[in-house]
Amino acid sequence: MLQLRPWKVAIVVFALLFGVVFTLPNLLPRSVTDSLPGWVPAARLNLGLDLQGGSYLLLEVDTVQLKQEKLNNLTEDVRRVLGQQQIAFTGLSASPNAVTVRITDPTRLDAAFKELVKLSAPTVGGGRDLLVTQLPNQTLSLAPPPQADAAAINTAVEQSIEIIRKRIDQLGTREPSITRSGTTRIVIEAPGESDPEKLKAVIGKTAKLTFQMVDDSVTAEEATAGRVPPGSVLLPSDEAYDRNGVVVKRRVDVSGDMLTDARPSFDQNGRPSLNFRFNGLGTRRFAQVTQDNVNKRFAIVLDDRVLSAPTIVNPILGGSGEITGNFTQESANELANMLRSGALPAKLNVQEQRTVGAELGADSIRAGETSLAIGAVAIFAFIILSYGLFGVFAAIALIVNGFLIVGLMSLTQATLTLPGIAGLILTLAVAVDANVLTYERMREEARAGRSPLLAADAGFRRAWVTIFDANVTTLIAAVIMFLAGTGTVKGFAWTLGFGVLTSVFTAVVVTQVLIGWWFRTFKPKTLPIL
Amino acid sequence: MLRWPLIRLLPAKTNLHFVGVARLMGFLSIVAVIGSLALCFTQGLTLGIDFKGGTVVDVATPGKPVDAAAVRAALNAMRLGDVEVQTFGTAGAVEVKFQTPAGADPAQTVTAVTQRLRTVLAPAQVTFSNTSVVGPKVSGELFRSGIVALGVAIFLMLLFIWFRYQLQFGLGAVAALFHDVILTFGVFAIFKLEFTLTSIAAILTIIGYSMNDTVVVFDRLRENLRKFRRMSLREVIELSINETLSRTIITGLTALLALFGLALFGGEALRTFAIALIFGISIGTYSSIYVASPIILLWGVKSGDDDEPTLVGGAAQAAMAQKAAALKAGRREG
Repeated sequence: MLQLRPWKVAIVVFALLFGVVFTLPNLLPRSVTDSLPGWVPAARLNLGLDLQGGSYLLLEVDTVQLKQEKLNNLTEDVRRVLGQQQIAFTGLSASPNAVTVRITDPTRLDAAFKELVKLSAPTVGGGRDLLVTQLPNQTLSLAPPPQADAAAINTAVEQSIEIIRKRIDQLGTREPSITRSGTTRIVIEAPGESDPEKLKAVIGKTAKLTFQMVDDSVTAEEATAGRVPPGSVLLPSDEAYDRNGVVVKRRVDVSGDMLTDARPSFDQNGRPSLNFRFNGLGTRRFAQVTQDNVNKRFAIVLDDRVLSAPTIVNPILGGSGEITGNFTQESANELANMLRSGALPAKLNVQEQRTVGAELGADSIRAGETSLAIGAVAIFAFIILSYGLFGVFAAIALIVNGFLIVGLMSLTQATLTLPGIAGLILTLAVAVDANVLTYERMREEARAGRSPLLAADAGFRRAWVTIFDANVTTLIAAVIMFLAGTGTVKGFAWTLGFGVLTSVFTAVVVTQVLIGWWFRTFKPKTLPIL
Repeated sequence: MLRWPLIRLLPAKTNLHFVGVARLMGFLSIVAVIGSLALCFTQGLTLGIDFKGGTVVDVATPGKPVDAAAVRAALNAMRLGDVEVQTFGTAGAVEVKFQTPAGADPAQTVTAVTQRLRTVLAPAQVTFSNTSVVGPKVSGELFRSGIVALGVAIFLMLLFIWFRYQLQFGLGAVAALFHDVILTFGVFAIFKLEFTLTSIAAILTIIGYSMNDTVVVFDRLRENLRKFRRMSLREVIELSINETLSRTIITGLTALLALFGLALFGGEALRTFAIALIFGISIGTYSSIYVASPIILLWGVKSGDDDEPTLVGGAAQAAMAQKAAALKAGRREG
C-alpha cells in the first residue's frame, strides 16, 4: 500500500491542482477574477442569504379565495344566462363547493339545465370542467369537479410566478430567484441589500382593476343598513367623499387585463394620478359603457376597494383615460407597475419571511472565518503534538482537504450557509479521525513487533475497513439533512457531505503518498509516532 | 533533542475495567435518560419560531443603544401576543419576539411593527438586521419534517448496523443512539437552549458522530472476537474498548477543540449550535464506551452462563468467516 505507484501520485497531484484552481477565485479580489479570460474558472462560493444578506419569502396561493372567486364569477354567469333566456329563478347562491339556483317555473327547468350546461367547457381528460346536476325541489347545482380545481390551482401558481417576476423586475432588484415549491407555494429569494417591505408591497396586492357602474338606486347608508340590491355590492372607498362606501353593480364592464399601458402622472390639480390605455376590446367596451351612461358614476375598483368613482361627463372613445384617487407619487408608481405586470389570479399569503441585512451577513462571514482559523490552528497543533512528523502529514492532508471542499463547493455552486461554515469546521475536525485511526493502528502493529514499513502498511490496510464503516454513518446523516432540510440546514448538509467524501480521500490517499515518499527517501528505522 | 510525539494522552497499553463499572454507568445513564425525558415533557423545550411560529426582529439604532423601554411600550400597545424584548450584543441592539394575533396576517403585522418602531425610535436611524417570520402552517410542517428526519436517520443507522454486523451489535448501537438523542434533548431543556432548525441539524450530526464512534469500537470487537476465540465476551469487549480508547479520545478532543472555537468566536447565531454539538459529541463518546458495548454483553450473558458468551463469539466468528469468504470471492471475480 505504501509503494509509490505513479497513478496514486498522479491522482493526488490532480486533486491538489483541482482544489487550488477552483478555490483560487475566492481568494483573489473581484477585480482580478472579473478581468480573467472566460476559460479560467472564476466561480466563487455561492453564499446563502444568511451570509450575503437578502430576503427569503415563502408565498402560498390562497386556494380558498381562488375557488371562491371562481364560484362568484360562476354565480354572475348563471344570473346573466338565465336573465338572457328570461327564466325566472330564486335562491341563487354560492356555497363553498357549488353554485345552486332554484328555477321558479318547473316547465322551464329543462331549458335552464340545457343553458347552464353550455357554461361548462370540455377538458383535456375527456370530462367537463363543470358538473351540472339536478337536485330535488327544482334546484340546479353547478360544481367544478376536483380535477378542475387542481388544474385551476396549477394555472394560478404558474401565472403568479410570471406576474411576480415581471413586477420584481420593474423594481430593479438584483437577480431574484422565483421558484415553485410544492403544489401551491412560491419561493422568492432576493440577495443583497433589498428591502423586504418593498418586495412584500409589490406582491401583496393582487391588483385586480375593474371598471363597474355605480348602483344609484340605493345610497351607501341604506346599503350599510342591509338593503343591498341583488347583483350589487357595497365596497369601501379610498375617497373621503365616499366615506361610507360605494354601492357598485357586480357586473364588470371593463377589467385590468384589457389594459395595454399604465403610467404614473399628475391630474389638473397637480395630484398624483395614473394614466392608462386600453387594448381594442377594452376601448370598444369602455366607449360603449360611457356612451350609455353619461352623467352617471362609474367606479374604478382595485382589489375590492373603490379608488374613485367619477361621473361620466363625456363618452370616452379614445381608449385612454386617467384614474384619480387618494394616491401618493409612490403609490401611483407602484400601482402602475402592478397594472402593467398584470393582476395576480389569487391572493398570495406570506407564510415565511427571513431577511438578513448585508452587514450582519458580513459579520457572520468574519465570525465564521475567525472560528475556522482558530479551529484549524488548534487541530493542527494538537495533531502535530500527538503524532509528530505524521501529524504534519495529517495537517497537510487536511489543508488539501480544505482546498478540495471549497473547490468542489465553488464548482458545483452548492450554497454555503452559516451552519455550512460550522459544518466545514466540524468536518475538518472529524477528518482527522481517519488519520488517527490509521496511526493508532500503526502503533499497535509496531508494538506487535513488525518492522516500521510493515507496521505502517498494515496500519493503512486494517484501518481502512473501519474508516469506511465509520464515514458511512456521517454520510447517511448528511443525506437525510439534505433531503429533509430547508435553506440553511441544506447548506450544512452540503459541506458535511462533501467533507466526508474528500476527507476520506485526503486522509487515506494523500497521507499514504506522503508517508510512502518519506519511507523511500529516508529509509527510517522507527516510526515517529511510537 | 525533543522526543516526538510531545504529548501522549494515554499509556501505550491501557487496561481499564470499563465493563466492571458499566453496571454503575448504565444506572447513571438510565437515570439521566429518565430525567431528560421528564424534563422535556414537564418543562418542555424552548421552541424557536421555526417550530412555534411567530416573528423575531433584530432592531438596532447605530451609534447608540436602543431604547428598549420605548420599544416594549410601543409593542404592548399593538396588542401582539407574547411580546419579548431582549437586549443582545455589545452595541445595545434589541431582539424583539412576538406572536401574530389570531386572524392577522403575519407578514403585514411585521410591516406594521417595523413602521411603528421607526416612528417611536425617531429621530434615531433604525436598522433591522435580521427579520424572521414563520407562519403557523409552515412551523407545523417544519416541526413534523424535523421529527421525521430524526426518525429516518435513526432507522437508516439501524439498517446499516444490521447489514454490517449482527443483531446484538445493532441492539447496542440503537440503545446508544436513543441515549444520545434523548440526553441531547435533555441538554436543550435544562439550559433552555432555543430549539430551532439548526438544532435538528445538530442532533443529526450528533447521531452521525455517535454512530461513527460506536462503529469504530464494534469493528475492533468483531476483529477481536475472531482473533481471541477462547476469551470470554466480557474480556473481548474490555480489550476492544481499551485498544480503541486512544483514538476515541483524540478524535473526540479534536472535534471539541474546533467546536469550542466555534462557540467562542462563531457569533451569536452559531453559539447554540456549537454548544449542542459540544454536549452531544461528549455524550456520544461516552455512550460508545459505556452504553453500546456493555449492552452487547447484557444480551450475550442472558443466553447462558458466564462461559457461554464464547458461543456468541464463535457464532460471530463463523458469520465473519462466511463474510470474509464472500468478500474474497467477490474480489476474485472483480
